[in-house]
Amino acid sequence: MNEILTLLENDCRLTPEQIAGICKKDVEEVKSTMRQLEKDGVILGYKALIDWDKTDREYVSAVIELKIAPQRDRGFDRFAERLINYPEVQSVHLMSGGFDIMLIIEGKTMKEVAYFVAYKLAPLESVVSTATHFVLKKYKDKGVIYKSDHKDERENIL
Amino acid sequence: MKDYSQLLSRKAQELKPSGIRKFFDMLDSMTDVVALTVGQPDFVTPWHIREAGITSLEQGKTYYTSNAGLNEMRKEICSYLSRRFDLTYNENEIIVTVGGSEAIDIAFRAILNEGDEVIVPTPCFVCYDPLVKMAGGVPVPVVTEEKDNFKLTPEKLMSAITPKTKLLVMPFPNNPTGAIMTEDELSKIADILRNTDIMVLSDEIYAEMTYGGKKHVSIASLPDMRERTVVVNGFSKAYAMTGWRMGYTAAPQPITKQMLKLHQFAIMSAPTTSQFAAIEALKNGDSDIEYMVGEYDMRRRYLVDGLRALGIPCFEPEGAFYVFPNIGVFGMPSEEFCERLLYEGKVAIVPGTAFGECGEGFARISYAYSLAHIKEALERIEKFIKTL
Repeated sequence: MNEILTLLENDCRLTPEQIAGICKKDVEEVKSTMRQLEKDGVILGYKALIDWDKTDREYVSAVIELKIAPQRDRGFDRFAERLINYPEVQSVHLMSGGFDIMLIIEGKTMKEVAYFVAYKLAPLESVVSTATHFVLKKYKDKGVIYKSDHKDERENIL
Repeated sequence: MKDYSQLLSRKAQELKPSGIRKFFDMLDSMTDVVALTVGQPDFVTPWHIREAGITSLEQGKTYYTSNAGLNEMRKEICSYLSRRFDLTYNENEIIVTVGGSEAIDIAFRAILNEGDEVIVPTPCFVCYDPLVKMAGGVPVPVVTEEKDNFKLTPEKLMSAITPKTKLLVMPFPNNPTGAIMTEDELSKIADILRNTDIMVLSDEIYAEMTYGGKKHVSIASLPDMRERTVVVNGFSKAYAMTGWRMGYTAAPQPITKQMLKLHQFAIMSAPTTSQFAAIEALKNGDSDIEYMVGEYDMRRRYLVDGLRALGIPCFEPEGAFYVFPNIGVFGMPSEEFCERLLYEGKVAIVPGTAFGECGEGFARISYAYSLAHIKEALERIEKFIKTL
């Protein structure tokens, strides 16, 4: 099962037939395992990793550190569950250390992100403070290196 | 203009240039080709190993080492050989060389006298034949066959032995076939050698790349074999360190003594920076090997399965990082098939004949490439063979 997950994590376009070949398993077995993994919520989606900087799309992302006041009985969960509903919010992590929640936000412009922080996030009841860090450049994300001119530099030799 | 043919070494002039060069020249002149030709890892040397090399430079360790290599390095090699392959050597039986290639060269030159015969199982890596000749020996190719899973059989070995046989080359795991030799199979070879004076050069550069739960066994670990064997190994494949040029020999003192003279006069000592990096690899690199071998294994299974699905018979390779499919089914010579695949299908693979005439009917496909790359190649190969 983990082998299938590792393969899909690296390339979700692999077909069940190809995965069966790699894992030396029956195709039907692979298909049913994948269905089960989807049903159990282990596989949550099959998305492409895109370097938007290479397109003309207006795009900016920011990491936001939030300090919040936990709520009785619910800790941070209730607040986090509220945050995940905003379409601008890409990730929500509960953190150890100097702040409580880390958000990754995407917007079209810095102004849009600033507006979101100032008018939607900061006024929320439990929020004690926010610190916004804009991403200037991505070098590596989800294990993939963002390089413009990646080419195989190995030379043929014999 | 001088007539250089009269001035230069006759032996050197008689060596045939590597047959594959022409093919690579064609490949280099083309764009948009998916190549599966490269015989070196696609991984970069793991960072902690590179960092050890960098640190040694920062600390100004830019001197020669002793001829045989840093003492610490040789000690670590002994510990590695014992840990991974059950081989017992002490540091005076190790020479650190400039890649496995130099190790092979000094072994031939230390062992061979003019006219000595050297049995070389083929298809095999291209260096044995010319290096044997330059050392004054006579290569005696023994063809391994697909029906025997490209292994050296006792019968074939027996039939090649003459009173002039001095040395047997054991190139397993094999480039280009991917064949390995199990302990049982090696025992039968050892039984033949035991009562002779025939020595063995065991080229184990792909020793870490074995699959399907089959661990590499060194012939030197079998009874009575250590005394007659030169084990050649190195860092290029196991640790993705091709450019560092790090190899070594492990052999009994009397053999090492002779090889060391050749090494010290020609090379002095292997590159110091590379030795410091290699020490780190030996100390903390076992998990890197496991990771990379796991990746190769996935690609191997994917490629073999993909080729078979296209109707191309493909022997199941158990070592190295090559598959050696039987392309005879397409009814044309290997070179023609590979050239047409290159020009029409935009995929480069190496004709089997580059590794000896007995490679006719086969091609070497390297899987030292990402799964995505191999996937693209298979799609193109499928399209191409539909046009045949």
